[in-house]
Parts: sequence; structure tokens; C-alpha cells
Amino acid sequence: MTDLIWLAVALPLLGAILNGAIAVARPTWKSAVSFIGVGTLVAAFAVAVMVALEAARGDGAATTVHLWRWMPVTERLNIDLALVVDRLSVVMLLVITGVGSLIHLFSVGYMRADAGYARYFAYLNLFVAFMLVLVLGASLPVSFIGWEGVGLCSYLLIGFWFDDKANADAGKKAFLANRIGDFGVLIAMFMLWWHVGTLDFGAIAERAPALLPLGGTVVTAITLFLFLGCTGKSAQIPLFVWLPDAMAGPTPVSALIHAATMVTAGVFLVVRMGVLFTMSPVTQLVVTLTGALTAFLAATIALRQYDIKKVLAYSTVSQLGYMFIGVGTGAYTAGIFHLVTHAFFKALLFLGAGSVIHAMHHAQHAAHSELDGQDMRNMGGLRRAMPWTFLLMGLATLAIAGVPPFAGFFSKDEILAAAFARGEVSPVYLASWALGLAAALMTAFYMARLMAMTFMGRFRGGDAMQPHLHDAPWIMTGPLVVLGILSVTGGGLNLPAFAGGSHFLEHWLEPVLRPVTALAMPLAHPHGMTEFLLLGGAIAAAVIGLAAGIRLTLARPVALPADQPPERGLARLLAAKYHIDEIYDFLVVRPLMWFSTRVLWKGIDQFIVDRIAVGGIARVTQGLGWLGSRLQNGQVAFYVAMFAVGAVIILRTLAR
Amino acid sequence: MLLGPSLALSAVLFAIGVAGVLIRRNAIVLFMCIELMLNAVNLTFIALAQVHGMSGQIMVFFVMTVAAAEAAVGLAIILAIFRHTQTVDLTQLNLLKG
Amino acid sequence: MDVVTLVFGVFALWAVVSALVCVTRRSPISSAMWLVSTMFALAGIYVLLNAEFIAAIQVLVYAGAVMVLFLFVIMLLNVDAEIGPMRRSYGWVVGVGAALVLGAQLLVMRGYSVQRLADEISTMPLGVDPSLVFPEGAAARAATASRGVVGGIAEPLFQAYLIPFEITSVLLLAAAIGAVVLAKKRL
Repeated sequence: MTDLIWLAVALPLLGAILNGAIAVARPTWKSAVSFIGVGTLVAAFAVAVMVALEAARGDGAATTVHLWRWMPVTERLNIDLALVVDRLSVVMLLVITGVGSLIHLFSVGYMRADAGYARYFAYLNLFVAFMLVLVLGASLPVSFIGWEGVGLCSYLLIGFWFDDKANADAGKKAFLANRIGDFGVLIAMFMLWWHVGTLDFGAIAERAPALLPLGGTVVTAITLFLFLGCTGKSAQIPLFVWLPDAMAGPTPVSALIHAATMVTAGVFLVVRMGVLFTMSPVTQLVVTLTGALTAFLAATIALRQYDIKKVLAYSTVSQLGYMFIGVGTGAYTAGIFHLVTHAFFKALLFLGAGSVIHAMHHAQHAAHSELDGQDMRNMGGLRRAMPWTFLLMGLATLAIAGVPPFAGFFSKDEILAAAFARGEVSPVYLASWALGLAAALMTAFYMARLMAMTFMGRFRGGDAMQPHLHDAPWIMTGPLVVLGILSVTGGGLNLPAFAGGSHFLEHWLEPVLRPVTALAMPLAHPHGMTEFLLLGGAIAAAVIGLAAGIRLTLARPVALPADQPPERGLARLLAAKYHIDEIYDFLVVRPLMWFSTRVLWKGIDQFIVDRIAVGGIARVTQGLGWLGSRLQNGQVAFYVAMFAVGAVIILRTLAR
Repeated sequence: MLLGPSLALSAVLFAIGVAGVLIRRNAIVLFMCIELMLNAVNLTFIALAQVHGMSGQIMVFFVMTVAAAEAAVGLAIILAIFRHTQTVDLTQLNLLKG
Repeated sequence: MDVVTLVFGVFALWAVVSALVCVTRRSPISSAMWLVSTMFALAGIYVLLNAEFIAAIQVLVYAGAVMVLFLFVIMLLNVDAEIGPMRRSYGWVVGVGAALVLGAQLLVMRGYSVQRLADEISTMPLGVDPSLVFPEGAAARAATASRGVVGGIAEPLFQAYLIPFEITSVLLLAAAIGAVVLAKKRL
């Protein structure tokens, strides 16, 4: 069965091709599109399950499936198109195809009315295919195909409604930010090839510890360049600015690409390259600190956002920060654990938000209202109209806030515990733990605020819309229910000992992480009193945050967007997202634009290339042509004279 | 044998022919200058035929044939041009001017 | 100076003077007549150079037929003598200059004798017997002596050069047709 792993990639790819063909030829065949789009994903999920079952029976050794020789460069560098099935890629495989199938199903309901339905599913299937290449690739170049491919699909889907310029710009922004990261990955690849002589994941893990000095400059540079790629793909400081804008795409896209799967690719890459990252303490510090700062900063911004998707977007950035705290401290299992649970509850939150937006949109349509359907200030009291959505999003909120026994509690706690434990190595880790705990408090707060503004109180969108609000059809709510169950029980994947669990995920990933554990110094997990204090702190943060969020939001009536009093002080700074976009604009975009316009365009291209080079060649040719045309004066005698001169010259040459 | 004097005479006649082609503007006279150059070449052939055998003379025979053909076609062309432009002055015929 | 050289000198002078006058006459008719004169002089020289048959053809075909064709066309077109300068001034300078340089370069052939030719061509030491280097010349003289002037030239013409000879006939035919097509007012 493992040999058939290529099917998992090929099926969504086939779906993409078929749907693409339909999108071009018969865009109205929506039933066929749904069948192909969802069907190929479910089939891929079936393949994934069977592969996973087989992997569960085995001893955990990685199986590499060579498809064909891709780049026979030299004798030492032969890159095969090969897929690797090990316990890490199986986890990712299940999450991507599983959550992907649910989101595809949701999309059938959400996008049904859209004219670009077939195009949408073609992109979405293509995305899944590339994402699977990313996680299944057996070497960096193969994974890089997927890495670039998901970036492309992300761009296509963010700008899906490209007739609005803002959406197209958001797509471009995402693509460019990702390009900066991709540059880092490429550099890292070159350096790896130069210093280690292979790009194969398994071979790197084997050879790198022997070839590279522990904590040396080379391994630090390689990992930092890799991490630059991760900051782009996984929206960390300094490249996180694209993710909030990426909400311009359809909501299921935000759920699948910008919450559950693609943005976690960076975390996945760090785990894949765990050996290298473990070898460089400096990089580990950088990763952890970046993750912690991102988690904290994004959480603060999320506190003052009003667009329901923007809140979730900053929440995603923040949660990704947590994952990087995990993988940065060397707690790779915890990082992957949080990745999985986050995929569940964040997908659920986005899809729930999608249901709300869907309902608002329909109500607006029925009531001919011009309100912003994504602005939470226009919502309120939706729990009566949308009980299922309220219930499921409530579960997800509890999960993300870290209330036991929901999924997020265990994964987040594990990460924070790992950071705390590493605190004895460097105070930076301790600071990261503190930032993470503060972010957890804020996470609970902004999620409670979101729930309160959306579902509690009284509807603020006007009486005309109210009767038209209702839960989404079952094709949309069904996936939410499944994700809800997963959000509640997901913590069971890696249940710690104090809760009666057996650390299943840790044992599952143990064969994959064996080379890493061989290198790393053992992490002293907190025990006894410390452990319970940490747990108590985390629970307290969650509960206090939730309570405060609901109380403070409901304390005063929420103002409509038009009546919003101007914000002051810190709130204003947060609402403006720390002016980071403006700072980047001032520091990067404008100088680049100036340089491109003045120097590259006007100076080099227009003056040197066009005027001097191209124009100069034209002038010279023109001059020569003018001289030549003077020779062609039409006088036969002149031609004969030239002929005679030529004859003289030839004679002169021959008769020395 | 008179080899050297013949070749010298041929050179002089050829140069006179070239000069004629270069300085005259009447197409027919130009043609006659070309015939003069051909004759100069023929003289070379004949002179060297004393040394090299009959081939030289036969070549002269061919040159005469070709010259006759050339004269026929060339004069016909001049006739056609004259009918078209009413002149055989080559300075007036500069359609090839670039 | 033997009599042959003397006669050659007379004919050469005649040819050069006639050619010069031919080139410089304004009237095309007189140019043509002086060209005929040149050709007669050349025919005489051909006889001196042991090419009696070619000399005859020169008079018959060249001076006779071809030049008559020229005269015929000149008279048909009724071309007047050129009025004004024959050439623009710099045309004179360029033409005469180029011709002088060309002639000066070609005049190096003046110094050639059979002996020098043989020395230059053969790899043997200087002073080689020319008849050893050029056996064909002697053979041709022998053929002329045994078969007569026409027979000596006819044999290679109809054996070794048969195909070129036939091709010239095709050429002449093509030229005749071409001349008719070009000169006819409308077909």
C-alpha cells in the first residue's frame, strides 16, 4: 500500500486537471465539479488512512518511494522524484487530506452560488496536491516543488475574486512575502549541497552531525536561512504581514490554506530538518524568540480587530508563533501536536466564521442591506439564529483558549512547559514562556470578545436582516460537527501522564525524531509541584481571559462602525496593527519603488539600455546604412569603378 | 614567341577598355569597351596558347561565342531600355539608386 | 630586331591607337569603326602568334558580324553624339586613374618569356628546357604541322571540348530567343 502513496498526490492533481478543464470549457457543470473535487480528496484521504494503518503496523522506519530520476546532475548529485512515508509525513498526510476533505465539503455549500465554482475547486485540489508533495517529498528539492506550488495556489486563491483590486493586491503581497522566504530556502539548499553534499532528508540527518561542527557558523547559517523561509510561509515576524491580508480570499480557503495546512509548512520543515536545528543553539534561540514575539504581538493586535476574519487571522499568526516556540525549544512533538490540534480548531473557527459570513451575506441580500458582513460590530445575538454554529464555535473557542480537556489545552501546555524547562539553559526561553503565557491570556480574551460580539447581546444589523439569519445547510454544518468532535477530543492524541494518557503522538513520532534525540540534551520535563503550578497558570490564564473578554465586551453596548468613537493611546496603536504595514511601506516599499523607478527604470533601462544601447546600435546601424546607401547611387559606372578598385586590390594582394 | 610583348599589349588594351567603361556614359559605347576588354583577354589566351597548346585557342573560340550571345542580348536590352526611356545615357538610368 | 618583332610593333601600335581613339570618340559610330580597326590589328597579331584560324574568325565573326550588330543598333536608335562632357570631371579622374593603376599592375607581365614561365612553374633548377615543362605546346605545333591550321584546332574542339561546344550552341539559341523577346514591342 505504501508504494501507492503517489496516488494520494495524483488524485487531487487529477481533480485539479479535470476541474480546470471544466472551468475552461463548461463552468456551469457544478455537480460534476463537486463530485470530482470532493471525491478525489476523499479518495486521497482513504489512501492516507490505509498508508497510516500500514505505518502503524511497521516499526516506524521510513519508506522511500522512488518515482523517477528527476535531475541527474552529477555522479554525486542525483535528485529523484521520491516520496517518503514515515510517521511524520503520515501525520501531515492525515491532517491535510482529512481536514482538506471536510473543507472541500464545506466549500460545496459555501461557494455554490459563485460563478467561478469550477475554477475554485481546481485551485483547491491543486493546492492539496502541492501540499502533499511538500510533506511527502523525500528531499529538499522535491518538497520545494510543493513549497512553491502551495505559494502559487495561495496566491491564486487569495486573489480569487480578482476583479476587486484589493484582493489581487493581497495575493501579490502574499506571494512577494513568500518569495523572500523562498530565497532563504534556496540559499539553505545551496549551502547544504556545498557542505553536506546531499539534499535528501534522510541522508542529511545521517551525515550532517559528522560533517558539520555542532553549533558552528555553517549549520547556524543554513538553519537561519531555512527559518527565513519558514517565517515567510508560516507568517512569523518579520514576514507575517501577508497573512491578515490573505483573508481577502474565500473563507474556506482561509481555513484550509491560511490556518490548517500551508502556514504550518514552516513548522513541518523545522521538524523535518530537526537534526540541523538541534545542532545550532543560536538558531533555536532565534526560532523560539521569534515565535514568542510573534505569538505575543499578533495576539495584541487581535484584541482590537473588528473584522471577524482578521481576528482569526491574527490568532493564526499567534498560534503559529506557539508552534515555533515548541519546535524552537526542541519539543518537536509538542510543535506537531499543536499543529494538528490547531488544524482542527482553527479550521472549525474559520468555517464557523464562514457560516456566519454566509448567513450575513444572505440576509443582506434579502434585506438589500449595504452593511459590512464581516464586521463584528454589525453582528450580535446570532446564537438564537445560528445555534449550531454558536455551539461548535464555542467548542473551538474553548479549545483555542486552552480550557481543559479540550484539544488546545494539552498542546499549548506542552509547548509552554517545554519553554519553561529550557529556561535553565537561557533566560530567553523563560522570557518566551512568559510571552507565551501572556499571549494565552490574550488569546482567551480576544476569542471570548469575538464570541460575545458575534453571538451574544442583541443583533445590531437592523430588523430587516434579522428574520433572514439562519444556520448554514447541513453540507456546511456537517464538516463543522466533525471538526468540533476533533477539537474536543484532539488532545487525546498526546494525552500526558497526569491526565491518564500515554503520550501517544510522542511514541508515534519517536522513530522519526530518533536522530534528533540522539543529539539533543534531554529535556527535563517539569514534575510535581512545578508541573501543577504551570498547569494552574495556564488554566487560570484561559479562564480569566475568557471571563474578562465576555464581561468587558458586554459591559457596554457595542458601537456600530459609523458611531465608533475614535480610539486613543494603545488601543489606537493596536487597531492600526502597530503601523507595521506603514513602516514596511516606508522602509522597504518606497525606497524600492524609488530605486526601481529612478535608477532601474529611468536610469538603467530607459537611459542606458534603451537610449544608449538599443538606440545607439540603431543609430550606428542607421549611419552605416546611410553610408551604404551613398554607395548605391544607381550609376552603373560607379559600380564598375568599385569593381575595378576591387580588382586592383586583389591583384595587389596576389602579385606580391 | 613574343610572349612578353603580347601580354603587355593585352594589359594596355584591357586598361584602355576599363577606362572606357569608367568614363563613357553611352550604354552602347560602354558595351564596345567591354568587347575591347574581351579582346585583350583573348590576346592573352592566344599568346599563352603557344606555350600551353590548343586549349587556349579553343577558349578564345568560346569567348567569341559568348561575346556574340552577350552582344545580342545586351543590345536587345539597350533597345528595350531606349524604347522605355528614350535615352541610352547611363547617368539618366539610376533606378538602382539606394 | 627581326622582322616579326617589327611587324608586331606596328600592329601593337595600331591596336593601341585605335583603342584609344575608340574610347575617346564622341560619336558612337566612329567609336564602333575604330573598334573594328583595333580588331583588325589584333587579327594580325594573332597570325604572328601562330593562331591563323582564330585570326580569321576574329575578322569574320567579331569585326564582321558582332560589330555590324552594334552599328545596326546604333543606327536603329539614331543615337546622337554625346553633348557636353562625356563624364563629370571626377569621373574622368577616377576612371583614368583606376585604369592606369590596373594597367600598371598588369604590365608586370611584360617581362615574361617562355623560359621564365618554365622556371617559375617547374620545380627543377633554373634554365630548364621549356619544351620539357610545356609538352602540349610542342604537340600543338606538331599537330598544326601535320594536319594544317584548321585540323589542329578541330581535333580537340570536337573531341575533348565537344560538350562545351554543344553547350555554346544552346547558349546561342537562348541568346537569340532572349534577344527576340526583349527587342520585340509586344509578344
